[in-house]
Amino acid sequence: MSDKKPGWKEIPIAGVPFLSSLEYKTGDWRVFKPVIDDNKCIRCLLCNIYCPDMAIKVGWDETGNKALGVFVDYDYCKGCGICADICPVKAIEMVKEER
Amino acid sequence: MREEIVEQEERLLNGDEAVAWAAYHVEPDVVAAYPITPQTIIVERFSEFVADGLVRTEFVSVESEHSAMSACVGAAAAGGRAFTATAANGLQLMNEILYIASSLRLPIVMAIANRAVSGPINIHCDHTDAMNVRDAGWVMLFCEDAQEVYDTIIQAFKIAENPKVLLPVMVNFDGFLISHTAQKVKVFKDPSVVREKFLGGPRKPVKIKLMGKEVELSLNPKNPVPVTFGPLDLYDYYYEHKMQQLVAIQNAYDVVKEVHEEYAKLSGRRYGNGVIVPYKLDDAEIAVVAMGSAPGTMRYVIDEMREEGIKIGLLRVRLFRPFPYKDIIEALRNVKVVGVFDRAQNQGMMGGPLFLETRAALYELESRPEVVNYIFGLGGRDAPPEMFREAFDELVGIYRGTISPFIRKYIGVRE
Amino acid sequence: MQKKWVPTPVEIAKKPDYILSGHRLCAGCAAPVVVKLTLKALPNPENTVLVNATGCLEVATTIFPYTAWRRPWIHNAFENAAATASGVEAAFKALKKKGVWKDEEPTIVVFGGDGGTYDIGLQSLSGAIERGHKFIYVLYDNEAYMNTGIQRSGSTPFAAATTTSPAGKVLPGKPEWKKPIGFIVAAHMNAYVATVNPFYWQDFVVKVRKAFEYDGPSFIHAISTCDRGWRFEPVLAMRISKLATDTCLHPLWEFDPETREYHITGQSLYLAKNPDKIVPVEEYLKLQGRFRHLFKPVRRDDLINAIQNRVMKEWKYLLKLAGLES
Repeated sequence: MSDKKPGWKEIPIAGVPFLSSLEYKTGDWRVFKPVIDDNKCIRCLLCNIYCPDMAIKVGWDETGNKALGVFVDYDYCKGCGICADICPVKAIEMVKEER
Repeated sequence: MREEIVEQEERLLNGDEAVAWAAYHVEPDVVAAYPITPQTIIVERFSEFVADGLVRTEFVSVESEHSAMSACVGAAAAGGRAFTATAANGLQLMNEILYIASSLRLPIVMAIANRAVSGPINIHCDHTDAMNVRDAGWVMLFCEDAQEVYDTIIQAFKIAENPKVLLPVMVNFDGFLISHTAQKVKVFKDPSVVREKFLGGPRKPVKIKLMGKEVELSLNPKNPVPVTFGPLDLYDYYYEHKMQQLVAIQNAYDVVKEVHEEYAKLSGRRYGNGVIVPYKLDDAEIAVVAMGSAPGTMRYVIDEMREEGIKIGLLRVRLFRPFPYKDIIEALRNVKVVGVFDRAQNQGMMGGPLFLETRAALYELESRPEVVNYIFGLGGRDAPPEMFREAFDELVGIYRGTISPFIRKYIGVRE
Repeated sequence: MQKKWVPTPVEIAKKPDYILSGHRLCAGCAAPVVVKLTLKALPNPENTVLVNATGCLEVATTIFPYTAWRRPWIHNAFENAAATASGVEAAFKALKKKGVWKDEEPTIVVFGGDGGTYDIGLQSLSGAIERGHKFIYVLYDNEAYMNTGIQRSGSTPFAAATTTSPAGKVLPGKPEWKKPIGFIVAAHMNAYVATVNPFYWQDFVVKVRKAFEYDGPSFIHAISTCDRGWRFEPVLAMRISKLATDTCLHPLWEFDPETREYHITGQSLYLAKNPDKIVPVEEYLKLQGRFRHLFKPVRRDDLINAIQNRVMKEWKYLLKLAGLES
């Protein structure tokens, strides 16, 4: 066999998955990518709350209570565009992905 | 280990009550069960133990057998000891979850008071219910009487939880014939002999390596890496997981024997070598093979025929899964005629399940005996000594060449 | 119950995620939002065990050898998530009694789709609720069997086209109405029941917190949009989700088993007080391909009106239950 998948003696029993989904990047599903205009962003964090892929990250200040900004984790963002649609100040634009 | 028989007391118990007493002595964390004849006495008696505070078990009175097995899966995955009991249609309703329980490697123990499967609806004994689930990845034991039922239920937990096995175990015994028939049963006087001494205290889930950390194979929220049970497993890994299971159920063969022996040292009771129970087979030319309670009647007939000078013996199969083919080959190596008695339907099959596997095992021998099949006792049809005598005489006829061998016969049925 | 908790976006965003990126649910699927909000609503999510019925969520989050779950999680089968949860709950109870488990018993959270809840798993759910196990059952309702390719379920709304209730020359999509699952569960009289909408996330997390605090079973019915099955562009997911409540198709309410009272909450309470703000169902229907046949090739006012009338009838029924209309 060409692939190097582990054999039955090497994997945990009971069918327990042994890798985190974080090791599976879904970013290449994307057709449009969200681009955040930090100047327009009011740090309401709704994009973080509504993101189905946990791909909108928040930068916190040292107290951990104040959001300094939000950014997209393009490793996982599937480009659904929900963030752009719900953004109350239209700070997120969906831009055609160029590969 | 030195033989150190522990104090026991004699009680008049039927098979179901013997199960309930065994469960009381084990004190599982969760018993989830649904009433079905002829199993119901088990959960009734066990409920009394719960009501009287003799066990700290959570008794989950579920709304179906499907949920009974599902709750057992949840309980065992949580790290608990889980137990249930059922029969017939209840076992068929569980079928889907039986495969899941074994694939998740959950050491659930289940008692089956074997009963015919509908339809037509019938409440009496045959083994069709268990035979229908014989490929579900469970270790399957068949008992002959209430004493063996008590002993085997206790052993079953230790077999199931052995790290080399980690599979569910089904303990079968004949509905009504055993489940509802009272006999003297020796039970341990002190439950802690079972709970502490034999089982070593509460269940300890095995440890596995996950993402570089050692974790308990359970839903324990304290695991450094949480365990995901029951993922989607496609063509690239499913077979590997099945391979692990196939190895585990073969491992159960040795473990059944070891646990049987370890238990014998506490109880003083043995059932053959734990997997097969031979009777007068040493010099036998003719052998009969059976499971469940029929061997009791068969021994009576064999004794009678032995007095007449006929060299006939009995092989009772105690462990059906994994099938102890090596023991069967050795035990029947020198016989010339074998009659296999299946108390189960064989719709469209060449013969009953026990017959097919016994015959296949004996194919290994260079000089093979004639192996014929008798189907008997369906739906609780009476299986008296005279019926067996007639069949055994037929085997003698085959041995002597006066009767031609055949594949299968249905006995005790009206034409 | 306790003093009113008004969660802020900061409070919710700060909490760690227990469902991780890298899952393979479709872009724009609302199910992970439902999961995320549920787990963020719990005061001690570290002490949680999750149970998942077969369905999109289960499949797409655990494609072996990967798992998107950062909490102990079990999938048993399709129809038995509630029974499985019963067993988990009972085991921790017993282990606690025996002194093997020394902490607080973990919170058991179940996720099931509409197929696993309305249809094949209804018996298991009813049994578990009747027995009074303490668990939070979260229904993510995307109104059809999406995992197998959009077949109708007991939850599929009237006139919606699915692959087993297609819009044809005679039948206009599904001919039956949606089963009122929340009322069915509430009728057990021992469960906290609430409907939620991930768009109205504050109302959502407050209700999950109430479920957590209630000493008994609880049932959270979340509408969960499915862009593949409902046939709309993923970008519209939350807009359509919002409309489900704004049209009163999925009103927000809760049933308190202690007082036996129904309360209308959040946006729906606003609409109860301001009926002129109720959005016509057409606004919701016309955005979705599963209702396209109501508008093209000919507009089916008969069907649109039938839906509108039914929605208003059910809304009035709910207002009565909540004592907001006599």
